[in-house]
This record gives sequence, C-alpha cells and structure tokens, in this order.
Amino acid sequence: MEQQELIPHLFRSEYRKIVSVLCRRFGFDEMETAEDIASETFLTAAQTWGFNGLPQNPVAWLYRVAQNKAKNYLQRNLTFETKVAPQVKSNFSEHYETGIDLSPQNISDSQLQMMFAICHPCIPPEAQVGLSLRILCGFGIDEISEAFLSNKETINKRLYRAREKLREEKIRIELPAPAEIDKRLDAVLTTIYLLFNEGYYSISQNQVLRQDLCFEAIRLCQMLADNEHTHKPPVDALLALMYFHASRFDARVNENGGIILYDDQDTSLWNADLILKGGYYLNRSAVGSTLSKYHLEASIAYWNTQRADTKEKWENILQLYNRYLQVAYSPVAALNRTYALAKANSKEEAIVEAEKLNLRDNQFYFALLGQLYTGIDNRKAKTNFQNALAIARTPADKNIIQKKIGELELLF
Amino acid sequence: MNEYALIMRHEDGTKIASPEQMQIWMKQTMDWIGSIAAQNKFVSGTGLPFDDARVVHSNKMVTNGPFGEIKETIGGFIVVRAESADEAAEFAKGCPVLQGEGNTMEVRRIAKNDGAH
Repeated sequence: MEQQELIPHLFRSEYRKIVSVLCRRFGFDEMETAEDIASETFLTAAQTWGFNGLPQNPVAWLYRVAQNKAKNYLQRNLTFETKVAPQVKSNFSEHYETGIDLSPQNISDSQLQMMFAICHPCIPPEAQVGLSLRILCGFGIDEISEAFLSNKETINKRLYRAREKLREEKIRIELPAPAEIDKRLDAVLTTIYLLFNEGYYSISQNQVLRQDLCFEAIRLCQMLADNEHTHKPPVDALLALMYFHASRFDARVNENGGIILYDDQDTSLWNADLILKGGYYLNRSAVGSTLSKYHLEASIAYWNTQRADTKEKWENILQLYNRYLQVAYSPVAALNRTYALAKANSKEEAIVEAEKLNLRDNQFYFALLGQLYTGIDNRKAKTNFQNALAIARTPADKNIIQKKIGELELLF
Repeated sequence: MNEYALIMRHEDGTKIASPEQMQIWMKQTMDWIGSIAAQNKFVSGTGLPFDDARVVHSNKMVTNGPFGEIKETIGGFIVVRAESADEAAEFAKGCPVLQGEGNTMEVRRIAKNDGAH
C-alpha cells in the first residue's frame, strides 16, 4: 500500500485503539488529552514518513510514538504535581505509573470497556452513537456530521456535552459487574443497532461512508460476541441480523446510488459468505429463554436471504412481524408486516390493513398502498404513488416512484 | 388514550375442532393481534390454556376447572390502547373467537392507578 493510502487506512484501524488504551489509562478526565496524543501521533507519522519513507512495521512505530508522547505527558504532569503541588504527592507513585500497555489483549479489553462507558445511560442515544463513531471507530467530525446530516458545530457541541457528562458522573472505564452486564448490554446493543441503521437506512448519498458505518457496527458487535463475559444471546442475534442485512449491501444500490427494491435485486450479488456468518450467529443465539427483538428481526432477515418466493417464507415472515410489533413497534415494521400479509394472505386483506395504519406523512405508506392497489385498482394505485412522490425526499426515492407511475400509465 | 382488556370467552377449541382447524384459528389470532400491534395499539396479552386449571372456592376448597365446555369460559385476553370503548370494540370485532356461535368478546376499561378508576 502506498503511503498516501496507508496513513488514512491506519488512522481508521489504529486511532481508536490508541485512544481507547490511553483513555482507559487517563480516565475520562483527560479524554481530550488522549485524543490529542493519538492525533499528534498520526501527524508525526505523516511528517516523518514523508521524509524518511515508511518504517518496517508502521503499526509498531505508531504505538511506540504514542507511548512516548503519553509518557512525556505523564512525566510533565508528574513534574507539575511534585514541584508545584507537593501536597497531592501521597499516592502518586501508583497513579503516575507511566507504562502504556498497547498489547493486543489490553487493546481489546480497553475497547470493550470504552464501549460500555460510552454507552452509559447518563448520555442521550444520539450522543452515544456520535461518541462511539469518534472514539471507537475513529471517524472524523466531518464524517460524523455527514452521517447524521448535521453540521460540524452541532456535532462538536453534542460530543463536548457528552464528554462533560461522563466526567461529571465520574463514569469509570470498566466492564460492568457480571450481575449488571445484561442491563448495561442493552444500551450498548441499542447504540450498535442505531449505528448500523444510520448506515443502512440513512438518506446520505455517500455509499462508502454508509457501508463503513455498517461494518463498524458489525466490528463492535463482533468484539462483544468474541468476549467470554459479553457473548450473550441478544449479542449473537444482533450480529446475525447485521450480517444478513449486510449480505445484500451490493445488491440494493445501483451504479447511480439509487436504491433497488428487494423484489428487483440481482440475488447473485448477495454475499453468501456474510449470509453463512449470519446463519452461524443466529444458531448460536438460540439458547436461553429470552427472545429479544434482535432474535425476531434476525429471523426475519434470515428469511429475506432465502431466494425462493414461497408461501412458507412469507407466512414465517408475517408471524415474525406479528410478534416483533408486539415488542418493538415502528412504522417501518408495520409497513413491512403489511407487505408480508399481502404475500402470505392476500392483497385485498392487506389493503384493508394498510389503510388502518394511516401513516400519511410517510412516503413508504403511500408507496405500499400503490404497490398493493396495482392490478386491483390501477387508478387508486397511481394516486397513491403520486402522494408518495409529493413527500419523497431523495432523488433516488423519487426515481423509483416515478418509474412505478410510468409503468402504471402503460396499463390505462 | 385509555387501555382496554379484550376478553375472549369461548369453548375449548381442542374439544370441538381438528388440530388443522386449531392451527388455522391460531394463525388468525396471531394475524389479528399483529394487526392491532401494527397500529401501535397493542399493550399486552396472553392465552389462558384450559388444561391444568383450578377453581378456588370461598371455603378454600380447590377443584379442577373451569373446563372449556361452556361458552362463558375465559380463553385469553389482550390489552389494547384505544380512544374509547367503541374503538376497542372495533378491535374486538376482528377476533377469530367470534366465528364460534355463542362465543363473546368482553371489552373492559383498565382502571388507572390514579384512584379515579
């Protein structure tokens, strides 16, 4: 890999490791220092490598430089503390141990602990996602604001407030006690889930960024699944869900970035390897007595990876949505359930059910009605697609609806 | 928005119908609940199996039963959100239990814990 590609690549993979280890060492009180040291490390790399060429082992080089910078910082602090404020000397020898441990084990432990600390219920979910992107995924403020369709200032403020809160609440960077893990795990999984959805359903046009968000979410969840204390059934279920969804990533977007609807996808583009992984974790999730919403959603996603358009498939999907909506209502799930109802029972029944939903500010509500009326009452179908078009937001969505209207007009 | 219990009163289906028919009713019940949940009006619910039931009498005597041979036996209930008893009754109309002649759905408002009932 050439140097100009290598540094961004390493930034993405190593920045978060360095920050996690340093943060854990310094605590949230000096979170910005940890981020500064990690950033400076990459700055130094960019300057030095430009002159001297690449070191033999770039990752080891980065760790060594980060360690030295951290040591210098701690040393300066120590000097300050001992010379200027000698009264706080009491237990400095323990507190100011300057070793920075960048072993694989400590990196992995630190990242897991950071995950639980960042996903503490004291900060709001969107701040948890933002902070996760920054600290755990090494995303820049630009990318985070693009992912959230927000501006840099708003994101900076949000992250600043979140860091302050973690400091005020004196949140410790550690794994929760075993008895508490299940409860705290919920919040961590919610954040990972939001992170994934941000990538999967976001209306941002940046495909690469969206795919990155999804694979970051998978990576974080995989870390939980690989750890003996955190590999609980809902973790496996969420991981399965994300693998199944990600398997269709290449098939659901055309070369212009437009969304390709499920029925029109080229199934040969579905990633068999990811589907296999999803199957493995779905099986692994089927232990114990709790049926999380992730279990239900992963099972639905499993059926969606089955190519054959059978009655059995749609009946299974319908029953899973019937149960899913009882534990986790969302308009999207309600609309998907109605689509499954049309496939499993009949379009006529689904039309009655769809109109009960009355989600008149949702373009997909009208698009679904348009789809259901097609072939039954084409004029009503067209009216519904026109309603959808009027509130559709992205050019990609507008294109799809326009195409449907065009197809209908041929039938009049 | 109030919460209402929709109480299903019916015979024990297993005594009068084939397993295949039972399966059809089960699917219809699940679709009915799914429809309410899709409108974000579902709160909770459960079936109440007829087997292994007990009745405790005022003299503390315990007998087996009630048995699902009469049409007034409670077979299960769900709790829904609704603006009025009439809206809740509309939900109840969709319950497959009503396919059995003489079976009924009872609609009852859930008391709020504010002392006002």
